[in-house]
Amino acid sequence: MEAAIEVKSLRKSYKKVSVLKDVSFSVQKGTVFALLGSNGAGKTTTINILTTLIKADGGTAAVAGYDVAARPHKVRNEISLTGQLAAVDNRLTGRENLLLIGDLRHVADSAGTAADLLRRFGLEEAADRGVSTFSGGMRRRLDIAMSLIGSPAVIFLDEPTTGFDPEARNEMWRTIHKLAQGGTTVFLTTQHLEEADELADHIAVLHQGRTVASGTASELKKLVPGGLIELTFHDDETRDAAAKVLGKSHAHTEGDGARLSIFTDGAVAQVASMFVVLRDARIEPTGFSQKVATLDDVFLKVTGAGREDE
Amino acid sequence: MTALRHTLYLTIRQVRNFLRQPWFVALSLAQPIIYLLLFGALFKKVVEIPGFTTNSYISFLTPGIVVMSAMFAGGWSGMGVIDDLDHGVMDRFLVAPTSRGAIMLGRVTPQVLTILIQTVIIVGLALIVGGRFAGGASGVVMLIVVSTLLSIGFASLSNGIALLLRKEESVIAAVNMILLPLIFLSSAFLQQNLAPRWIQDIAVYNPANWAIQAGRTALTTSATAHTVLTHTLELLVFAIVCTWLATRAFRSYQRSV
Repeated sequence: MEAAIEVKSLRKSYKKVSVLKDVSFSVQKGTVFALLGSNGAGKTTTINILTTLIKADGGTAAVAGYDVAARPHKVRNEISLTGQLAAVDNRLTGRENLLLIGDLRHVADSAGTAADLLRRFGLEEAADRGVSTFSGGMRRRLDIAMSLIGSPAVIFLDEPTTGFDPEARNEMWRTIHKLAQGGTTVFLTTQHLEEADELADHIAVLHQGRTVASGTASELKKLVPGGLIELTFHDDETRDAAAKVLGKSHAHTEGDGARLSIFTDGAVAQVASMFVVLRDARIEPTGFSQKVATLDDVFLKVTGAGREDE
Repeated sequence: MTALRHTLYLTIRQVRNFLRQPWFVALSLAQPIIYLLLFGALFKKVVEIPGFTTNSYISFLTPGIVVMSAMFAGGWSGMGVIDDLDHGVMDRFLVAPTSRGAIMLGRVTPQVLTILIQTVIIVGLALIVGGRFAGGASGVVMLIVVSTLLSIGFASLSNGIALLLRKEESVIAAVNMILLPLIFLSSAFLQQNLAPRWIQDIAVYNPANWAIQAGRTALTTSATAHTVLTHTLELLVFAIVCTWLATRAFRSYQRSV
């Protein structure tokens, strides 16, 4: 498969602050790619470099087959950016906003494209009203609609759902799914693992200016081996006894039942031996469940943040 | 060709933006009127100073007020750039294959409209309160031409400053620190030969003074003067250089977003 975006050892500093230290990843055509990282990880800087807004200090980046530094104009013909702000002109109407971008992108039938997008995004009724009268959700929809003009091959979305209520977030997710089904390559940044998990075919984790892990959601989850085994016992005493014999396990109680969570390396033998130990000690769990690692666990593992006690 | 088309689209946007702020339109028209009447009344007796070659201060002042209004209209242009930067609209233009020159030109060409309306109103009002202009209609046209060139130059500088510093305060400071002194270092209010020597020396290099001298000559005399042509050419170069500088400011913006 051909790469829509290819990034190698990207570096960028502002004055003396090094924002990107070593960023590498590649995005296949027609897929959804999520760059996952917390605030200040360098997500927006990466997007700004890929969309030709700023120049990198080192490394290479190519979008739609063109080097962003050497051929920015070619790149701009192939992309659009939806930033963290709804980039709409408040004094124009919804339709005028769309027409302006259509004209600037030399769309053959600017008026037809605008009308079509207004319909698709449920903005027909408000189309000829000033955008200053639009609700936040409407502005965001218009913003996305403006990004689709000229059918760019690669669409960049910088934290597309930040500040959204759950309903607006679901609507945005549906929009992104639809884009992906239409064959567009979508590059998005997010702070939310859940969002990356829901939307992305491929995820790269950005931490303090470095891509520390990348893969599909399930590949990343395998980085946390085995996941969690959770045993339920009749009462707290039994659980304490079990914790004692299992030694290295990690006990906590939750809800009604007395539960014990055990981190394993996922090997069947290890899980089996755990039950053997319990049987020999004549302790009988009342319930058993296996929890697959979440992206949260992955994130904490690859960024080395949090949970000292593990 | 692309650049010209983009300039047209962005000009239309600016004109729409302008016309949809009725209060702003009203204020930008009212302000020069207030200046004309206030300064006209305040300095009425100035013409009695020996050496003053005209006896109607309103006639003398009118081109000064027209140029000053045009210059300030241009100077505030950067505020719109800041607005676009803050709303992400500028980034959208930059990410699209938009001509950089057009982004700048599309902001300054609408000045023509403002200046046209302002000039007609100011000159009309001056006529009502007793001003007389031997230059006639062609004089008014020349006044509009030089004011527009000056305005385009300062609008570009203002836009460039906005791109580099990205704060409203920076544009406000630049307008107050640069434009106002330039007006006082010109013959807007007082005949040049009556100003101190050092001001006369500086005024030779002051674009605002070029516009005022050229505009005043065109408006108040019937002869086509050499001064008008020379200053118009100087202003044309000034406008082109400033627009080029502002377009260059995008490069710096690209390094430092």
